[in-house]
Amino acid sequence: MNARNQTDFSPLAGMLEVVGVGVEVPGRSLLQAASAQFMAGQVTAVLGPNGAGKSTLMSLLTGQRQPTGGHVYLAGKALPAYASADLARVRASVAQETQVAFEFTVREVVELGRYPHRRHPGRRDVDVVLQAMQATAVEHLQHRALNTLSGGEKARVHLARALAQVWEPVGGVAGDMPVRWLLLDEPTAALDLQHQHRMLQLVRAWATAQGVGVVAVLHDLNLALRYSDRCVVLQGGQVVGSGATAEVLTPFCIEKVWGVVAHPVATQGGAPGPRQYLFDAPL
Amino acid sequence: MLAGSTQPTPEHLVFMNIRLPRLLLGAAAGAALGMSGALMQGLFRNPLADPGLIGVSSGAALAAGVTIVLGSLWFPDMPRTLGSWALVATAFAGSLLVTVLVYALSQQDGATRVGLMLLAGVAINALAGAGLGYLTFLATDEQLRNIQFWLLGSLGGVRWSAVALVCSMVAVAVGAGFTLARPLNAIALGETQAALLGVPVERVKRFAVLLTALAVGAVTATTGIIGFIGLVAPHCVRLVAGPDHRIVLPGSALLGAALVLAADSAARTMVKPAELPLGVLTAFVGVPFFLLLLRHFRGRL
Repeated sequence: MNARNQTDFSPLAGMLEVVGVGVEVPGRSLLQAASAQFMAGQVTAVLGPNGAGKSTLMSLLTGQRQPTGGHVYLAGKALPAYASADLARVRASVAQETQVAFEFTVREVVELGRYPHRRHPGRRDVDVVLQAMQATAVEHLQHRALNTLSGGEKARVHLARALAQVWEPVGGVAGDMPVRWLLLDEPTAALDLQHQHRMLQLVRAWATAQGVGVVAVLHDLNLALRYSDRCVVLQGGQVVGSGATAEVLTPFCIEKVWGVVAHPVATQGGAPGPRQYLFDAPL
Repeated sequence: MLAGSTQPTPEHLVFMNIRLPRLLLGAAAGAALGMSGALMQGLFRNPLADPGLIGVSSGAALAAGVTIVLGSLWFPDMPRTLGSWALVATAFAGSLLVTVLVYALSQQDGATRVGLMLLAGVAINALAGAGLGYLTFLATDEQLRNIQFWLLGSLGGVRWSAVALVCSMVAVAVGAGFTLARPLNAIALGETQAALLGVPVERVKRFAVLLTALAVGAVTATTGIIGFIGLVAPHCVRLVAGPDHRIVLPGSALLGAALVLAADSAARTMVKPAELPLGVLTAFVGVPFFLLLLRHFRGRL
């Protein structure tokens, strides 16, 4: 367990963990005996080719799907043991695609993120919604109907909604120091180059500054190397690698899992920075 | 209500015994249909849903048809006039039974799948329609006319006891329906996301179906089928005030009541002293109103 001792947050305090989970659907096995740990205060990338089981793993973490074998633990307690209303205040998720019915405006959608907190409504919610929209640069769209926006703008609105949902720490849910979680399934898929970086910088800042645990499915390995602390690599429903991203994502691993040859490129001026790759077109 | 030493005037009697119960029943019917339409559209996340989709109306219609046609064969002594207690009770039971059937057919792995409910509703409605068709084939001319009038709906000839019962049921159902406003807003993001926001999705679905069945079942059993209000009232409110269910639910109840009362005044006065069937008028009043709004707000669609 390579915990990062330099942070104020003990990664074990609110660890999210899958232990030997399997998911079977009739005629098919989506995940087999997969184990992985996700730490508070870190960004963990979930990586793997199409159909490797990344979204299935995410659906176990959100509790949307129950494993047919194994367990999911949050802070040492089985996930189904928590009340969903409590979990909703510490865990927010953005799905790959969210279809919103009716012509809700951007602001109304972000306000829905405050749904689990509204036992004590007040001005605070208004501020949180505004700040969340500013954080993902969608406040200028706030009166537009969500369904009129582009894919990337929608993705930023849904991230703002998730941020609003776990905006501040709440007491007494997952032990003494409840950790908040952001579970993001391909958050950057529809975003332009700049917003891909901005979004990952944002969630990374949330992880390091606020101790939020971030789990993100990513396809861009260079983004994963740049912004994630750890990664879980899936292939054919099995975990084939996990640990510090820079250690796991070797050219050897990339060729084995994705069938693509990767060449490390030097960063500008040879400055120390995250490793980045140039990929050969597959044969 | 007639207490007092002075003899009540005929106007007073007409108002108290004919106009007022009719007014209250119309308001209750419109409120129940409007709010249930908004509940169903929110639950199905589909603007084409209406209360009839879950079998409430077709169940009531089939049961009413059975009572009118077969009742005379099996229980020749039972009163079967429109508005009789026997007809109201069987129609209400029919609407609840068919709704329970549609709900049961939409269960999978302990959860209600609204997609299944939509299809099961369409199928069961078709079946009930066929059953009603067969009954009209068996019916005598008088029974046929009775069925036809029942299907077109009417607020006429109701008693205070029935009005009081329906109004109190609708009041409770509409009041309880308003508590579903915020959960339905969250369900607009999809059931999965709503559950992650802490919405007890399964409970909301069951409650919405129950309230619709009770409110619309009670109304339909008393008045017959009043079409179009449940579909059009929520749309009108959404076009004007946006999709927030905290406004759409009460707004649809109010607008539904207003539309039914407007349609009923027209039904009573247009071909005096006869009376047009209400179901015809709700479409005549509701459709132009709806199209007008569509024209005005088409930019928002």
